Amino acid sequence: MRPFTYERVRTPSEAAAAAQRPGARFIAGGTNLLDLMKLQIEAPTHLVDVNHLGLDRIEETGEGGLRIGALVRNTDLAADARVRRDYAVLSRALLAGASGQLRNKATTAGNLLQRTRCPYFYDTAQPCNKRQPGSGCAAIGGITRQLAVIGSSDACIATHPSDMAVAMRALDAIVETIDGEGGERRIPIAEFHRLPGDTPHLDTTLRSGEFITAVTLPAPVGGRHFYRKVRDRASYAFALVSVAAIVQPDGSGRVALGGVAHRPWRVEAAEGELPRGARAAMVAILDGARPTHENAFKLRLAERTLAGVLDEARS
Amino acid sequence: MTPPDPIALSRRTLVAGAAAMTSAGGAAAAPAAATGTTPSALTLRVNGEDRHLDLDPRTTLLDALREQLHLTGSKKGCDHGQCGACTVMVNGTRIYSCLTLAVMHDGDAVTTIEGLGSPEAMHPMQEAFVRHDGYQCGYCTPGQICASVAMLEEIKAGIPSHVTEDLNAAPALTADEIRERMSGNICRCGAYSNILDAITDVAGRPA
Repeated sequence: MRPFTYERVRTPSEAAAAAQRPGARFIAGGTNLLDLMKLQIEAPTHLVDVNHLGLDRIEETGEGGLRIGALVRNTDLAADARVRRDYAVLSRALLAGASGQLRNKATTAGNLLQRTRCPYFYDTAQPCNKRQPGSGCAAIGGITRQLAVIGSSDACIATHPSDMAVAMRALDAIVETIDGEGGERRIPIAEFHRLPGDTPHLDTTLRSGEFITAVTLPAPVGGRHFYRKVRDRASYAFALVSVAAIVQPDGSGRVALGGVAHRPWRVEAAEGELPRGARAAMVAILDGARPTHENAFKLRLAERTLAGVLDEARS
Repeated sequence: MTPPDPIALSRRTLVAGAAAMTSAGGAAAAPAAATGTTPSALTLRVNGEDRHLDLDPRTTLLDALREQLHLTGSKKGCDHGQCGACTVMVNGTRIYSCLTLAVMHDGDAVTTIEGLGSPEAMHPMQEAFVRHDGYQCGYCTPGQICASVAMLEEIKAGIPSHVTEDLNAAPALTADEIRERMSGNICRCGAYSNILDAITDVAGRPA
């Protein structure tokens, strides 16, 4: 790891102010950041420890939803009785991710801010526009089986690795932030993660120093909740494809996909096709896909995974 | 350039030398304290005993346990949170000690394999691993045992898993549940079936 100074902060505004120092980064669970710091892919010169801000509670909102503190651990969020009952897709997504040890440490905000697991991002001997803007993309033309099939660009074909974020996309979560001047923002999750375009080093629309305080879920929408994740081993692996779905008794519903794009992939306009079945829906959801010969299987896999979910929803 | 004599140049002097070079090179741009080698003072309650440490903030909890406190039961397998050999309990919760900084745990209670039991007075999970031959080379074993002890507490606390059928019911103590919940600990000798038997034995149910 490169040298850094370390500071514990006590309030969110103190955190946002501390982050204005050049080279500063927040650290919460640390399970992704420290991994990347060991590889010198991340090299902050100042770490702001935000673990002691008290943002570890899940509260009911006035609108009948839930406000999840930024520092609620993945285990605690998945196990919360209200989440299990009313937002099962979120519990299921969290439990499908990582391992028990990681979920005990990983936080809600940190999970949203995970960096990609693209192997070329991790390999510092290879060019990567996300790691080093302007250096090129070794993934394009490389080994692409795990990588994006839609929404990618000529600069980057990485995917977002989170399971939790896919469920939150289906639930229309809102990311709440505070900045160094005390300004607050509510960012719909649909606008939180970016597509790579020609600036793939920017994963999200967060501004420099902006600090996530909570994620809010709207009131429960009912229906049956599913998170079906397909991966190379039964546990403790990233998704090839995952489907978060909420299906209503009349066959309508919502679908978000993981493992296919630079952000959780949801096309609201395509959801009207759901009552017509998985093929019709997935044709619309994945319209404009640009797979490689190595990852084109993800298109059929996504359709079949959704078909499995819809079958189960009818049973 | 002649390679350095590995005996004369220990890893620790090499690290100190590298840090000194970095701080000298970065002094102009960085604030005075920003060398990364300014030690941070902290107290860890390790296996019931307060231990005061002055550490480079870069020190992981795993390295603090192994290199400073000489508790070498916790193993450094991958050092990237992929193998589970470094699993310890912090305030009763299992985590990977390689993916957290020691300074982030000032005031925390850490339990390592050395705190669970000793060769003379083994923890029931250690006894079960011996009885069921839950290892071959033994390298992953401290992590497996720390993880499994904390994992059974997670089941008792009603925390669901990926294979829990009914999210709103108490999780059952099945082989599938134990396997899923132990997936963060890799055993390259492949002693999994005996590890499962050992954990099942302690959990008090037939496999």
